[in-house]
Formats: sequence, C-alpha cells, structure tokens
Amino acid sequence: MQKLLQAVRNTQLWRSVFRHGYPDTPRNRTLAVLSNTFLHLHPVKVRRSGIRLSYTWCMGGLTFFLFLVETITGLLLMFYYRPTAEYAYQDIFGMREHVPLGIMRELHRWAAHMMVITVWLHMYRVFLTGSYKPPREFNWNVGVILLVLTLLLSFTGYLLPWDQLAVWAITVGSNMARATPFLGHEGPGASLLSFGGLNFVHAGDDARFGLLAGRFVGEGALLRFYVLHCVGLPLAAATLMAIHFWRVRKDGGISGPL
Amino acid sequence: MGESLKAAIDWLFQPTIYFLGSAALLAAVLYFRKIFSRPIWMVLFFSLGSVFLVWALGDPDFKKIMTKPDNVPIVILLASVIFLSWLALRQAVLNDERTKRGEPTLEAELGRKKVFTWPDLVYTEFICIILFTALLVIWSIEVAAPIEEPAASARTPNPSKAPWYFLGLQELLVYFDPWIAGVVLPGLMIVGLCAIPYLDTNPKGNGYYTFNERPFAVSFFWVGFILFWVSFVILGTFLRGPNWSFFGPFEYWDLHKLEPLVNVDLATYFWVDLLGTPRPDNPLVREAPGLLALLGYFLVLPPLLGKTLLRKLFAQMGFMRFNIFMHFLLWFGLIPMKMLARWIFNLKYIVGIPEWFFNV
Ligand code: HEM
Repeated sequence: MQKLLQAVRNTQLWRSVFRHGYPDTPRNRTLAVLSNTFLHLHPVKVRRSGIRLSYTWCMGGLTFFLFLVETITGLLLMFYYRPTAEYAYQDIFGMREHVPLGIMRELHRWAAHMMVITVWLHMYRVFLTGSYKPPREFNWNVGVILLVLTLLLSFTGYLLPWDQLAVWAITVGSNMARATPFLGHEGPGASLLSFGGLNFVHAGDDARFGLLAGRFVGEGALLRFYVLHCVGLPLAAATLMAIHFWRVRKDGGISGPL
Repeated sequence: MGESLKAAIDWLFQPTIYFLGSAALLAAVLYFRKIFSRPIWMVLFFSLGSVFLVWALGDPDFKKIMTKPDNVPIVILLASVIFLSWLALRQAVLNDERTKRGEPTLEAELGRKKVFTWPDLVYTEFICIILFTALLVIWSIEVAAPIEEPAASARTPNPSKAPWYFLGLQELLVYFDPWIAGVVLPGLMIVGLCAIPYLDTNPKGNGYYTFNERPFAVSFFWVGFILFWVSFVILGTFLRGPNWSFFGPFEYWDLHKLEPLVNVDLATYFWVDLLGTPRPDNPLVREAPGLLALLGYFLVLPPLLGKTLLRKLFAQMGFMRFNIFMHFLLWFGLIPMKMLARWIFNLKYIVGIPEWFFNV
C-alpha cells in the first residue's frame, strides 16, 4: 500500500498538480499554502491568537463560504427559473418535486438567511475586538459596503418566487423610496421641485419608480431585480470581497494586540 | 397555572415593557459583567430556553408563529447573538483582569507564537465548513421553503411585512414617518458605521476583547446592535400581527383587534391645551414650538455639551469630529425619545407639516 501510494505520487501526472510532498514538514507546509491558488489567500504562518474560534467566531469565513454556496445553488436554480410574470411562480412552485436534487431552492434560501446573520455577527465581532482601528479603517468601510450588498442581494432575491409573500414584502420595503426627501413623490421637499405648477417629481418618475421600473411591483420590477440579483450585485460583492481579503493580508493579517 | 403563565408572558412582551425591560437587562449585564460572564448563565439560558420552547410549542398560537419556515433563522439569530455576546463579554472580563494584574492579554500572550496555516488554520476552516454544510442540508430536507399563493396585486395580505432583516426599520414606522424610518435613519446608519473608525480616536482595545479600556464604545454597540436592531427584528417578526398591532407570543392573531389611536401633535398640545387658542393656519407659525425644539436639539445642544458636560471629549476629539459624532448620536437619540414621548404623552409629531410631507 505504502509503495503504491509512493508510486502514484511519483507519476508525472501527480507531480504536475502538486508541487510538494505531503505537508508534514515546514518546507512542504509552506509550499502547500503558497502553491495553491485558494489557500494562498492565507499567509503561510499566522499568529496563534488570530485563529482561535473564540476570537473570530469564524464568522467572516462562514460568510464567504455561504456566498459560495449561494453562487453554486443559484447557478443551478437559474437553469429552471424564468423571470417573467407568466412563468416565475410555477417554475418555483414545482421545484422541489420535479427537479433532481430538489432541495436546491431550500439550500439557497436558508443559506441566504444564514449569510445575513453571519455578516451581522462578523461585524459585531470586528467591532468588539476593535479591529476597525488603524490600520484597518479602510477595510471596515469595504465591509460596510459588503453588508449593504448582502442585504440588497437578499432583498432582490426575495421577490423572485413571485408569490404573495414575495410581492408584498417588496412592496412594503420599496414603499419607503416613495418618501425619499426630494426624490420621492411623497417625500419632504419634492413639491418644491416644480415649475409653473408642473411637478418634476411624481409617481411616474420618482426614486421608487426607478427601483421598480413602474408604479407598482410588476413585471418590470421582476426583471430588474432578477438581473441585479443574478449578475450585478454578485459581481459587485465578489469584487469587494477580493479587495476585503487582500486588505486583511495587507493590513497585517487578522488583528491582534500591537 | 399554564394559562396564567401564558397571560403573564403576553403581558411582559408588550412593546413598552419589552423594550424598557431589555434595556434594563442590558445595562445590568454590562454593569455586573463579572457575574454575568460566568458560564453558568449560558448553561441556564440554553437549558431553560429549551424547556420553555418544548413547553410553549404545545400552544397552537405560539407554534404557528415560531415554526413559520422563514422564522427559523430568527430563532438561530437570537440564540447566537446571546451566546456570542456572552462569549465576548467573558473574554473582555478575563482580559481586563489580566491587565489589572499587569499581565498581557490572552491575545497578546498567544500572539507571540506563530503557527503554520496548514494544518492549524486549514483544519478549523474545514471543520466549520463541514458542520455548516451538514446543518444546511438537514435543514433543507426538513423544512421546505415557503411558497404562498401566486402574486395578486389586488389582495393585500394582513399583516404585510418586509423581509425579516428589515423588520426593525418597519417597527420604527410606528413612531416615525417613512421618510425618517425608511430613508434618513437607514442612510445615517450606513454613513455612521462607515464613520466609526474615524470618530473613535481611542487607540486602546485594538485587536483584543476588553470592556474597561473602551467602555463607551462597547456599550454603545451593544445598545445599538442588540437593543435597537436585533430586538426590534424579533419584535417585528414574532409580536406584530394584523394591522401591525401588538400580539403576545401566545395570543391569537385576531384580524379585528383594534388599538385606539389617540395620538396628538405637539402643536395641539402647545396652542390648544397650553394657550387655549385654536391652532394657527400658517404651518410655520403653527409648528414653531416643535421647530424651535428641534433646532435647539440639533444646533444648540452640541456646543452646549461640548462646553460643559463633555468638555473632555471635545478636547480629545477636536471640533470636527465632536460635532459629527454629536449629530449621529442625536439622530440616534431621537428614536428612544420619540418612543418614550409616544408612550407617556401619546405624542404624534414633534413637527407635523403634512402639507409638505414634513413630519417628525
Ligand atoms: C460579505 C461580507 C463579508 C465577508 C465575506 C467578509 C469576510 C472576512 C474574512 C474572511 C475576514 C478574516 C477574519 C475573520 O474571518 O473574521 C474578514 C475580516 C475583516 N472584516 Fe469582513 N467580511 C464581510 C463583511 C464585513 C463587514 C460587514 C465588516 C464591517 C462592517 C467587515 C470588516 C472586517 C474587518 C475590519 C476585518 C479585519 C478584522 C481583523 O483583522 O480582525 N467585514 N472579513
């Protein structure tokens, strides 16, 4: 057995993939991290204090993991879902029964809820350990934008099942935009923006209209939310995550006493 | 016995008592943190909590609201916030004791040593991922994602609720108009979060848990996150029913429950009750008392406090930081003040100019 393993490890095929021996020596452990695209997000060595579960709660890592789960399950869902008022509901309705591995929708929904929770808890941890203090001010700000993006991802996804729950939750949520100062037709100051009795800001062009592509949650809103949910927001979030992780490294790794 | 206990719990959870009680509890936990950071509290919380859940789920109304598929994560949120807050507090207390004895913090002691990412970090991550994957798969098999009737724009469900993570903001709609609760306050929250690293000039407590070295910052975040965010989400999810009326956890969601609306504007209090004259027609004159109060609150209070009570803080932060910080703080303070004013005086608006959609 040992010999067989040894033989496999000596094939050109194996050695073309793994450029180091079994990671049980300092040299090989270093190479294991450095030569792996994903592991090299990490430094080779880390402070013992920073990797304790009771310090980071692993919440940032879990948020990222859940984002990956969302990407994979979301991709699978896109094969079965058509974002039109005609099909959206029935595509979702039959999902659990008609599709092989029918728990994709469940995985996607529950992981999304968990991601909102883990991102809050991650922020809570970062605050309580004072990790936003210099030199990590900028990364905290990147984090705040990621928090907003996570909530927007969840919010846009909430509409897609196109059932009563979805449509009314988005209606309640987006009604707020109507009251935006100056930009919403029921917001303070909007009536000042008029010219000769002609209102510039009305229900047909205000902030809510821009969000929903209409005066109410209709097919335009569905398409708009779908595109944002599946393309726009994930791209933005992934880009910011890359910046976020890069900065964690550049700011000296996971925070610890100076 | 069972019924009167349920009635007592329903009574305890009405918004005023729920909010004031949580605030008092939070203050007590932070003040007596040495006592509350003992492990026994978590043992008590989780064992009593489980016993309570098992007992309470026997009640049909309680079961109905707790086991709605989308509400499961909120139970997880509640448990993890309580546990992790305790964990953070415990480490803070232990570190503060070490510092008092002149020893380095736990993080500083462990931080001297560096370990290899492979295997020390990689296997922690690996185990976390495995556990979470298992949790998600089991959860997904057990609980089907909700799908209700197809969308119909003519039939408004009652209650209509925003997604659960926005229910804290929806709860604020009880006290404020949408332009404040839905636009200004969330906007300020995001900007305020971004501003935190630039406003907090205290160099201590960077990279380890502590309470004594930054008591205000930690208390502030506890209050903001636990009391005004998480607890409002829970209130909005479990305790608000049709017409956004309050319902105790064991109460049936009666569509016809009516709560009398007897709220009165500040202008009415001033002109009618105090001066005995009718309300003036010109909105600016009518609302002058409220407008003056707000102007005083936002423009006079910061310099006044900076010269007196908060002189030290002002000197520490400098003019710009101090004023920006005060304005965030005052906006935040508007929330509990309006809540209290509503509960005590039935105050509707401090300034109410519906003509311009300008109601505060
Ligand atoms: C999609 C959302 C996010 C992801 C995937 C993410 C991921 C991570 C990861 C993996 C780390 C390494 C340490 C750890 O696991 O705790 C980290 C650190 C950090 N995160 Fe995030 N994060 C997110 C959102 C946020 C938010 C909302 C904030 C704050 C408002 C934030 C602020 C920070 C800061 C300041 C650090 C450095 C902390 C330290 O060095 O101890 N992040 N993040």
